[in-house]
Amino acid sequence: MSFISYLINGISLGSVYAIIALGYTMVYGIAKMLNFAHGDVIMVGGFTIFFAVSMQGLPPFVGILLAVVLCTILGITIEYIAYRPLRQAASSLAVLITAIGVSYLLQNLALLIFGANTKAFTSVVTIPAIKLADGQITISGETIVTIISCIIIMIGLTLFINKTKAGQAMLAVSEDKGAAQLMGINVNGTISLTFAIGSALAAIAGMLLCSAYPSLTPYTGSMPGIKAFVAAVFGGIGSIPGALIGGVVLGIIEILGKAYISSQMADAIVFMVLIIVLLVKPTGILGKKIQEKV
Amino acid sequence: MAALLEVKNLGISFGGLRAVDDFDVSIKKGQLYGLIGPNGAGKTTVFNLLTGVYKPSEGIIKLDGVNITGLKTIEINKAGIARTFQNIRLFKELTVLDNVKAGLHNHYKYSTVEGILRLPGYFKTEKAMNERAMELLKVFELDEEANLLASNLPYGKQRKLEIARALATEPKLLLLDEPAAGMNPNETIELMNTIRFVRDNFDMTILLIEHDMKLVSGICEELTVLNFGRILAQGETSAVLNDPQVITAYLGE
Amino acid sequence: MKKLCISKNLKDNIITYGIVILAYIIVQIMVSTGNMSSLMQGLLVPLCVYVILAVSLNLTVGILGELSLGHAGFMCVGAFTGAFFSKCMEDVITIGLLRFILAILIGGISAAVIGFLIGMPVLRLKGDYLAIVTLAFGEIIKNIVNVLYIGKDSNGLHISMKDSLSLGLEPDGQVIINGAQGITGTPKDSTFTIGVILIIITLIIVLNLIHSRDGRAIMAIRDNLIAAESIGINITKYKLMAFSISASLAGIAGVLYSHNLNSLMATPKNFGYNMSIMILVFVVLGGIGNIRGSIIAAVVLTLLPELLRGLSNYRMLIYAIVLIVMMLFNWSPKLVELRKRFSPRRLINRTREVQ
Repeated sequence: MSFISYLINGISLGSVYAIIALGYTMVYGIAKMLNFAHGDVIMVGGFTIFFAVSMQGLPPFVGILLAVVLCTILGITIEYIAYRPLRQAASSLAVLITAIGVSYLLQNLALLIFGANTKAFTSVVTIPAIKLADGQITISGETIVTIISCIIIMIGLTLFINKTKAGQAMLAVSEDKGAAQLMGINVNGTISLTFAIGSALAAIAGMLLCSAYPSLTPYTGSMPGIKAFVAAVFGGIGSIPGALIGGVVLGIIEILGKAYISSQMADAIVFMVLIIVLLVKPTGILGKKIQEKV
Repeated sequence: MAALLEVKNLGISFGGLRAVDDFDVSIKKGQLYGLIGPNGAGKTTVFNLLTGVYKPSEGIIKLDGVNITGLKTIEINKAGIARTFQNIRLFKELTVLDNVKAGLHNHYKYSTVEGILRLPGYFKTEKAMNERAMELLKVFELDEEANLLASNLPYGKQRKLEIARALATEPKLLLLDEPAAGMNPNETIELMNTIRFVRDNFDMTILLIEHDMKLVSGICEELTVLNFGRILAQGETSAVLNDPQVITAYLGE
Repeated sequence: MKKLCISKNLKDNIITYGIVILAYIIVQIMVSTGNMSSLMQGLLVPLCVYVILAVSLNLTVGILGELSLGHAGFMCVGAFTGAFFSKCMEDVITIGLLRFILAILIGGISAAVIGFLIGMPVLRLKGDYLAIVTLAFGEIIKNIVNVLYIGKDSNGLHISMKDSLSLGLEPDGQVIINGAQGITGTPKDSTFTIGVILIIITLIIVLNLIHSRDGRAIMAIRDNLIAAESIGINITKYKLMAFSISASLAGIAGVLYSHNLNSLMATPKNFGYNMSIMILVFVVLGGIGNIRGSIIAAVVLTLLPELLRGLSNYRMLIYAIVLIVMMLFNWSPKLVELRKRFSPRRLINRTREVQ
C-alpha cells in the first residue's frame, strides 16, 4: 500500500515539475535559450503569496492572483532587459551566462529582502484530504489540486497553441524566426508572450510547490527549477506532452528513489537519469533532431 | 590519365525528399571541374556527401582508387579532400596566420608535453609551420595581414583565406563552394587567376560550385549540371553550356 | 611580422607572470614588516585557490568555448582525494613537503580522470546541455561525498555508504572520511608560497597550451566546429584534452584548499553550484578567454568585500549584477558595434587600411 502512496506523491511532485518544465520547454523552443532564472521566478511567486497571505492577511485567491501578475511582469521584464539585447550575440554562451546572472540576482534580492531564514508557508489549498482503501491511503488536498491544475494547464496550453492565432505564431517563430518575421509575425512580441505564459505558470507552480512542501527560502526555486529542466530534456525539449511525461516520470523516480534507495541520494539519482537520457537519446522521448546547416 | 575522384550512383534522402539521386562523376588528376545548377539543386549536398558531413544512402566514392564512402569528415580530410564553405567558416578569433597553421595540424606534429614544456621540438616545428603558412599566405597575397584576426579581413580576403587553410591540409582534391560569391568583377578575375595558379603550382585537382558563369566558362574544363538532385548534363564546358536543356533549367520555361 | 606576433605573445605572458611574482614579493614584504593583518594573511591561500580555479575555468569557457557549471565538483574531487591521501600517509611519509606534492599530484590526476570520464559522453552535447550536465555532475559528486564513509585499520581500508559504524573497524581503526562530517585533521600543508608556485605552474600549463599546436586546435573547434572537422582536427580528442586539463587544475586548487582547513566538509557553500558560479563570475569579469584578467578579477572580487566590510551583505548581489552587466556590455551586438566605433585600436587599423 505504501508503494501506491509513494506513486501518488510522485505523480503530484511530477505534476509540479511538468508545469515548471512547460516554461523551460516553451522558452527553449522559441527563444532557443535555457532560461536559468525560470526556477527563481517560482521562488518569487512563492514569496509573493507568502507576503500577501501570511504577512498581510489577504485572502489566498488575491495572493495567487498577485503572484501570477507579478511573475508575468517579471518574466517579460527579464526577457526585455537581459535576454533580448543578446539574441543576435555571436556566442550562445553569452545569453546563458546572463541568465545565470539573473537567477543569482533574484535569489540574492530575495535574500536581502526576506533573509535567509526558512519561512513557514501556509498552504493555500483548503480541500480536505481523501482516504482510500479503508484509510490506508491518504491523498492530500494539495495533491488533488496539483494534479488537477496540471491537467487543466496541459489541455489549455495545447488548445491555445493549436487553436489561436498567437499560439500558431509561437509555432512559426519556433520553426524559423526569420521566415516568421517575413510572414508578418511580431517575433519580439511572440517571445515576450512566451515568457509571460511561462512565468505565469511558474507562479502557479510556486504556489503548488510551497503548499505541498511548506518551507520557503530564497533558494526554494533553484533545485526544482533544475530538475524541471531535466524533465523537459527527458521528455524532449520543445514538446508540451514531453514536459508532462518527463515531469511525471521524474517525480516518480525521485519519490521512489527517496523511499527505497537513499533519501540523501535522491537528487543524485535524478541527475543520473538526465545524464543517461542525454547519452542514450539526447533529443529526449518526444524531441526532434536538429542538424546544423552546412 | 587516371581518375582521381570516382563517384558512382551517389544518393541521399532527407525524410521523403530525394536531395541527390544517382549522381555519377569522374574527375581526372589536375582537372578543374565545375558543378553548377539552379539554387536548391543539391550542389552543396554533393559536397557534404563527398566530405562525410552526410552519410550517403547509397553509392560509392573513390579517391585515388581508395573507397572513402561513409568515412568521417576528419578521415576524409586525411585521405585527401579539403573544402571551403558557401557561408564562410573561418576561425574568427584566431589570426590569419593561425587559421592556416590550424590547417597544417596533421602535417607538422609535436606532442602536448613538448608544447607545454617548450622543448626544442616545439620551437623547431613551430618555425617550420610559420614558414609554410607564410608561403601559402603569399600565394593569396595575405601575408601582410598575417597577424590580423580573421574576422577583421574584408570579405573577399576571407574567401581566399579559406582556400589557403584548405590547401594547408595538403589535399589531393580541393572542393570550392561558391568561391566568387560576393566578389566584384575585378576580384573574380583575380580569383580565377589564383585558382589556376593553385592548380598548376600545387598539382591540385579542383571541383568547384559556382553561379558566376564567367568564372565557370573561364576556368572549368568540364561541367556537371544538377537540377532537382539529378544530373541534367555532363561533359565539356562549352558543350554543356550550349545544351538547350541546361539553358531551360537556368532560364525557366 | 612573424617575429612581431611571437614576441607579442611572449610580452603578454611575461607581464602575466610578472604580476604574480610582483604580488608575491609585495605580500612577503608586507608580512615580514608586520603590515598585514592576520585576517588578510588568512585570505592568502584561498586567494591562490580562487586564482587557480578562475584560470582553469577560463580554459574551459574561454579557450574551449564550453560552459562548465560543475567546476566546484572537480575541486571537490581534488580536495577529498588529496586530503584522504595526506591523512592516510601522515605517519608513513613524514616529510611534509614530499607528502603534499604527492597529494597535489593525486588530487590533480583524480580530478583529471573524473573530468575525462564525464567529458567523454558529455562533450558531444551542445552548450546548454553541457552546462546543465556539468551542474548535475557537481551536485552528484557533492551528494556522494556526503554519504561516503572510509576508515582505515590494520586490515586495510573499509568503505561504506551507510554510516561509520558499518565500516566494522578494529578498535585501533580510524575513520578518515566520515560522511557529511567529511575529513578532519588534514595536515595544514598549504602555504602562500606553495599557492603562488601552483599558480605559476597553472599559468605555464595554460598559457603554453594556448600558444601551441594543441591550443590552436582547441580554439579552432571553439570558433567553428564544422570547419575544424573539415581540416582534419580530432574534435573529441581536443575537447577532452582541454576539459581534463581544466578539471585537473581545479582538482589541484581543491588540494590546496583542503590542506588549509582543519575540517573539510562538502557543503553547498564550498563545493556547490554557488561556488561554480563564483568562479564563473571571476572569468566573466576578467574577460572570457583572457587569462590575466581572470587572475586580477579573482583577486579583486575576493579582496573587495573584505576591504569594504559594509558591502559584505551585498557581495552576492554585486556578483550577480557584474555578471549581467558584463555580458550585456561585452556581447550585445549593438553595444559591441558602439564600442568598436570608438575604440582606439580600430582607429589605428583604419588608418593602416587607408595607407
